[in-house]
Amino acid sequence: MTSATSATSTTSTDPARTGRPVPSDELLVEVDRLSINFPVGRSGFWGQHQQWVHAVDDVSFGIRRGETLGLVGESGSGKTTIGRAILRRIEPSSGWIRFRGQYITDTKGEELRRLRQYMQLVFQDPYASLNPRMTVLQLVAEPLVVHGRAKSIDAARGDVVKLLGRCGLPEDAADRHPHAFSGGQRQRIGIARALALRPAFIVADEPVSALDVSVRAQVVNLLQDLQHELGLTYLFIAHDLSVVRHISHRIAILYAGKLVELADSDSVYESPRHPYTEALLSSVPIPDPPLQRARRRIVLQGEIPNPIHPPPGCRFQTRCPLAQDRCRHEAPPLEEKAPGHWAACFFR
Amino acid sequence: MIGPPDDAPVLEVDHLQIDFVTRRGTVHAVRDVSFTIAHGETVGLVGESGSGKSVTAQALLGMIELPGKIVGGDVRWKGESLVHGPGVRRTIERVRGAEIAMVFQDPMTSLDPVFTIGSQIVEVLRRHRRLGRKAAKARAVELLDLVGIANPAARIKQYPFEMSGGMRQRVLIAMALACEPALLVADEPTTALDVTIQAQILELIAELQRELQLAVLLITHDLGVVAGVCDRVAVMYAGKIVEDAPAADLYAEPAHPYTAGLLGSTPRLDIVLDRLVAIEGAPPDLRLPPPGCAYATRCPHAVERCEAEQPSLERFVALPLAGEASEEDAVLAEDELDDPARTGRTVACFRADDLRRQRVSA
Repeated sequence: MTSATSATSTTSTDPARTGRPVPSDELLVEVDRLSINFPVGRSGFWGQHQQWVHAVDDVSFGIRRGETLGLVGESGSGKTTIGRAILRRIEPSSGWIRFRGQYITDTKGEELRRLRQYMQLVFQDPYASLNPRMTVLQLVAEPLVVHGRAKSIDAARGDVVKLLGRCGLPEDAADRHPHAFSGGQRQRIGIARALALRPAFIVADEPVSALDVSVRAQVVNLLQDLQHELGLTYLFIAHDLSVVRHISHRIAILYAGKLVELADSDSVYESPRHPYTEALLSSVPIPDPPLQRARRRIVLQGEIPNPIHPPPGCRFQTRCPLAQDRCRHEAPPLEEKAPGHWAACFFR
Repeated sequence: MIGPPDDAPVLEVDHLQIDFVTRRGTVHAVRDVSFTIAHGETVGLVGESGSGKSVTAQALLGMIELPGKIVGGDVRWKGESLVHGPGVRRTIERVRGAEIAMVFQDPMTSLDPVFTIGSQIVEVLRRHRRLGRKAAKARAVELLDLVGIANPAARIKQYPFEMSGGMRQRVLIAMALACEPALLVADEPTTALDVTIQAQILELIAELQRELQLAVLLITHDLGVVAGVCDRVAVMYAGKIVEDAPAADLYAEPAHPYTAGLLGSTPRLDIVLDRLVAIEGAPPDLRLPPPGCAYATRCPHAVERCEAEQPSLERFVALPLAGEASEEDAVLAEDELDDPARTGRTVACFRADDLRRQRVSA
């Protein structure tokens, strides 16, 4: 099977939407056969057997410049781990990552530091991710000073104030501390900090999950506006499919560390190929009572398998309504079922 | 599905006011909240963080503790006050768990980690139902079976840490149902769970509601969660109910600008918009609630009056505009004027009628 990275360039171009700028064909980030295992406890006589959590297993995809790729999965699916691995904050067990055409899996030292300027992370929790002792100016200027783009915090003030304004924060924000701001505003500070170095690529890990509905929409709109203006590329990690569908060009669906489906966001919604995707979509409530009550819901039985001992064959077989004997022995490969639409299921 | 028409509401929340006294001032968390729940009815209480929805729920079971205090209004269960009067503590003791049961957001902290789930359910049954050890154990197995836990006889020997989040939430629902309550209060029961598990739990609540004729108060921030389960929805903002309506009507035609704003800023899986309609700004500081409508500063339709005067929750009916409500409907509505549970809708907005007229003519 060819990896899905090569396939992304053949993906049909997105319908031009004002909400989602049309990305270029150039791949900015490529993930190729990425696997990540974490050591956990030992078992057996005197603990001779090291046990591993198979967090990510043989995942491949690409992200085009200017694109938003939504990475969706439930807790334990490996979505955060993949995001951190691309940023080189977690070492992959095997596989490669390329950024702007360069292999970065083995990049170290000064080169890695330079690389980090171009890839930044927006965190989920705007309360825990900002140092409460620092002023907003210090928080946002810190990366500039660390990477030698500004001589001092104060020298960066002009740029920081401009950036804060761009992120929708009040003029006097720079000299205040994070506790003076609401959750939505703190997330704007987090975004400003991530953007300070003018990165090309942002991993946004559940950036709006901790926010209230009305504020969530403000931040989603801000992320979209910034993408338009600055030509940013996003890996948007979330469990909320409604938000992901709204913001993403393409969506990758993970289940228990495996990529089960990857396609244009409209096709994922309109014609999902993987039974897990179908179940996931049908679980998302729609705020429309008659419609919601009339929907055919696929309520999955059981739970996500234990990542230390994943089931043999397809990882979804324990809950899959379509599962047959073959699924219990053989893992289905990710195949292109329609142009640009990839799924890992024998029967679809 | 609304309870039998001649049925009085089982729960009445009547002009409830709750304050929290803090070092930095008094927070008026719940400001004059009234609603009712009829027998077997499912009501959604929707609001963002700080809107007062959870505090309201806690007041139902006498769970408001210092620095919080109920400073006004009343909560009545089948006519008996759960707030005032000499025997109120005993009434609460009797009602809590046995007639009104509660399920919380976090299924881990609500269970005791050092006891098996079986012994925790048995304790509830022995205390409230005065069952013997054996009978209580048998009933515990039945309850776990009722909430869809496979192999319940083995499961009762497990500790909470051995179970997943969804499973624990099922256990808590089983415990809540142990004494066959008439009302289940579920405070964000699915917020900590994954979507597929959330769907399972919502399905379970709807099923139990049908089978056991249970009244349910579902508290959530998610308008989607409410849509599939609730008969009626009350929307809270800054400590007040701003709109209370049958679910279908509320979603089809939100009468309060805040409800409309919430719906506009919720992305939908089935409709792709270019841009979400965000509500700009943030809710007011409830230490100093504004003199007028709390939503006025964020409301696109606010007029001068909104900033000066507080709108009260008033009946909202479809105006008899061409081709909308027939004469007959209007008469029917007049008869039921005093019963918001049936006539449907109340809204706290001076401009609700204007806005509706605008919508109809547009």
